[in-house]
Amino acid sequence: MSSTTLPSFVRLANDIAVQFAHRPVEEAASEIAGHVRAFWDPRMRRDLYAFVERGDEGLEPAAVRAVEILRGA
Amino acid sequence: MSLLKEPDYGTPQREGAATVEVTIDGMAVAVPPGTSVMRAAKHAGVDIPKLCATDSLEAFGSCRLCVVEIDGARGTPASCTTPVAPGMVVRTQTEKVAKLRRGVMELYISDHPLDCLTCSANGDCELQDMAGVTGLREVRYGSGVDAGANHMDLLKDTSNPYFDFEPSKCIACSRCVRACDEVQGTLALTIEGRGFDSKVSPGGTDFLSSECVSCGACVQACPTATLQEKSVVELGMPTRSVITTCAYCGVGCSFKAEMRGDELVRMVPYKDGGANEGHSCVKGRFAFGYASHPDRVMSPMVRDSIADEWRQVSWEEAIGFTARRLLEIQAEHGTGSIGAITSSRCTNEEVYVVQKMVRAAFGNNNVDTCARVCHSPTGYGLKQTFGTSAGTQDFKSVAKADVIMVIGANPTDGHPVFASRMKRRLRQGAKLIVVDPRRIDLVRSPHIEADFHLQLAPSTNVAVVNAMSHVIVTEGLADRAFVEERCEGFEEWEAFISRPEHSPEAVESITGVPAADLRAAARLYATAPNGAIYYGLGVTEHSQGSTMVMGMANLSMLTGNIGRDGVGVNPLRGQNNVQGSCDMGSFPHELPGYRHVSDESVRDIYNELWGVSLDDEPGLRIPNMFDSAIDGSFRALFVQGEDIAQSDPNTSHVHAALAALDLLVVQDLFVNETAKFAHVLLPGTSFLEKDGTFTNAERRINRVRPVMAPKTGKQEWQIVAEIAQAMGYPMHYDSAAQIMDEIALTTPTFAGVSFGYLDEVGSVQWPCNAAAPEGTPIMHADGFVRGKGRFVETTYVPTAERSNRKFPLILTTGRILSQYNVGAQTRRTANVAWHPEDVLELHPHDAEVRGIHDGDMVSLASRVGQTMLRAQIADRMPVGVCYTTFHHPVTGANVVTTDQSDWATNCPEYKVTAVQVAIATAKADARSERGELVAGQ
Repeated sequence: MSSTTLPSFVRLANDIAVQFAHRPVEEAASEIAGHVRAFWDPRMRRDLYAFVERGDEGLEPAAVRAVEILRGA
Repeated sequence: MSLLKEPDYGTPQREGAATVEVTIDGMAVAVPPGTSVMRAAKHAGVDIPKLCATDSLEAFGSCRLCVVEIDGARGTPASCTTPVAPGMVVRTQTEKVAKLRRGVMELYISDHPLDCLTCSANGDCELQDMAGVTGLREVRYGSGVDAGANHMDLLKDTSNPYFDFEPSKCIACSRCVRACDEVQGTLALTIEGRGFDSKVSPGGTDFLSSECVSCGACVQACPTATLQEKSVVELGMPTRSVITTCAYCGVGCSFKAEMRGDELVRMVPYKDGGANEGHSCVKGRFAFGYASHPDRVMSPMVRDSIADEWRQVSWEEAIGFTARRLLEIQAEHGTGSIGAITSSRCTNEEVYVVQKMVRAAFGNNNVDTCARVCHSPTGYGLKQTFGTSAGTQDFKSVAKADVIMVIGANPTDGHPVFASRMKRRLRQGAKLIVVDPRRIDLVRSPHIEADFHLQLAPSTNVAVVNAMSHVIVTEGLADRAFVEERCEGFEEWEAFISRPEHSPEAVESITGVPAADLRAAARLYATAPNGAIYYGLGVTEHSQGSTMVMGMANLSMLTGNIGRDGVGVNPLRGQNNVQGSCDMGSFPHELPGYRHVSDESVRDIYNELWGVSLDDEPGLRIPNMFDSAIDGSFRALFVQGEDIAQSDPNTSHVHAALAALDLLVVQDLFVNETAKFAHVLLPGTSFLEKDGTFTNAERRINRVRPVMAPKTGKQEWQIVAEIAQAMGYPMHYDSAAQIMDEIALTTPTFAGVSFGYLDEVGSVQWPCNAAAPEGTPIMHADGFVRGKGRFVETTYVPTAERSNRKFPLILTTGRILSQYNVGAQTRRTANVAWHPEDVLELHPHDAEVRGIHDGDMVSLASRVGQTMLRAQIADRMPVGVCYTTFHHPVTGANVVTTDQSDWATNCPEYKVTAVQVAIATAKADARSERGELVAGQ
């Protein structure tokens, strides 16, 4: 999927993920999850969860892991 | 209040303890060393006659009216240029000096028209006053044309839209010339000719064509009617003053609104204003005409559909309609289907009430503010690193800076009154580093030249700031004692920043900044006794805006440039109350005072006071509101004093979102672009009618006092409270002061603030509470708000907005001195004389290869839309980068900007848009919106 056709919340999650790309995935995922939890409206989080459930093509691996952390919290 | 005439001490105040004791006309007085005899006399209660002296300017000693006798001194020295000395005995009223003064006055009056009764300055003329004070009873030489050679025939220059220059009334005291030099720093005026031919000149042309920036400093300094506001000529002298605060930029200047009855005659900068100390710019000083413009909406209007005509209705009907529709939409689509946007042009009290309406009456956190699209990264970045979402200094602090780094800001256009302070310091010898893709005026202007202009490629800020930190760390220039004592996270960060990929040489090909220049600039900043950073939207409005703010915070901590005068990290806020609107809990994740909605102890404060149970989840941010409107989950929006249809990026997306809403309520002065999508228009109040406070970029809370009753019959906070009431939530305030009392009661940083306290002290910088009862001019002095300053790793990530063959240029946007943001205010004033349309600055090379000449109409196209505007060939931008402003809806520059945004805050990346520019060929090139992003282009 082209980055320009991804839903805005997926692009934003990816934008967050690349900021932490220099960190190990687990650390990056924890940072991403913390950020999303603190700043995203619940409906955006739900949209992100649903996107991952449908298959996570186009979403950065650390962001996928962040979703797992968020859903497990 | 009657007309306020502030005392004029004749010469500027000197710093230091009052250790020099002198006796003046028998009265003992002690003043700081370096104080003039004239000023010391004023402190002793003695007014010495003067014409060329005023306390905003250094002494000049030309008029010879202030002569005095000093025991033991020869002759009659000028008291303005004579400094006090210990034990000095001065006599200001002797027969000798009285005779001299009368002689001087005779000469002045012999070349001055004797039209006092019909003169526009009658009653406000220092020449007239001095004639009285010196006892002038006759002019032996005759007067006017009878006196021989004179200047009576010099023509009046009426070219400036706001003031006239009448040289026949000029006494050549040079106050205007010196004000332009010393106060404003533009040096547009000069004394032309010699001897009797000496005359004030705006550089040999008329005022409008000159380099004059119409700040009004010369008009204010003029002791006669030579430089006079047209409004005074037309309306006559004002009779009363009200101290209030400007409604334009984040400098937040204090003004005396000078009135005749209910009519505003002029705005005069207030000398005791903490932010401006008696200075002003063309907007605050003169551009207030929009407040009484015929375009203003005075009655509420309602319509069922945006295809319908507006219906004027009563306040009761408009408020009832709004409340009913909001409740209906919530009943059908859920609690989270409605929300509001607050405005940085409104007072703290107005903003507080809107966020309260959302949280308490709407029952959600869907409140955001226009700071989302300007300085939200400042809030995020400074909170992460320092612990609080605000700049660190007061404006005065710049006077102690030794190296000033201006990053992504254009103070002489965007924050002109602060720029004058900065230029004064630069003229005194402070070093200047400008980091900006555009060669702003500060890079080279009279008596100022930047030591380094790091002309980086747009979107590479983070690479530059990282490289500066890299140099400082690897060359051993860090202030390790400060870091050790005051900061945390340094070791990990040091390892990160020391990596070779952050070196200036490694990033040179990305940033376009020569490595040697970057290294030298980093060394200059790091080794300065005091290094200060000032920044603007050229930092924040990027996909890495928040990262850059943290990068600058890293830099300041690394060098120990935090916590004292002359240093710091200082956001130059765009609008007058950006700081305040953020302070007041306008963000969807934060309650007032930047406390997260998930904090139960904070929610409990409001739950108890408001009688509600607050939502503990963040709400929608503005871009999320637009997305949710389009997907159908967000159905109603209340917009306070913002024109999001013009100011927000990717206009087609915004328009689609607004058109999708079931209810759009706009509270504004005018039927703006956003109102075209609205169902309810609630007329707002101008700053002249508001009662409240603004908080400027230095956290200074200033009173906004009404100079007239609301033209619409209601204060804006009243309307919002009545909507909440009509929705079933009890909200009532008797006054704006009562709202501030509630803010103080619930927000620790505002605990000591009240209207009464502000009236007593003038203004105060938060935090203002038991720990800091007089406020906090400099933050983080003894420790950071978060305890220890936190170093944050700031990886440079290139923006996804790239140029390509189809869109080979990068567009960046900004604003100009005479206009303000979307221009709703300034376009309705005579300021259009300077900027009647937005133009596209294009590098000569980029113009030549496209066959574009200066003044040609060109099309400007991006991946999301296109518009048409006039080209201005200029080499301020590097090849491949073009620039425009967004003041005019006709152009609608945001038709082309995209919805790329900052990763942390969603602040749009206004500063980077890939575009193509071509000669406009036909109507097809006129403004159009593509509707959606075109994939793959």
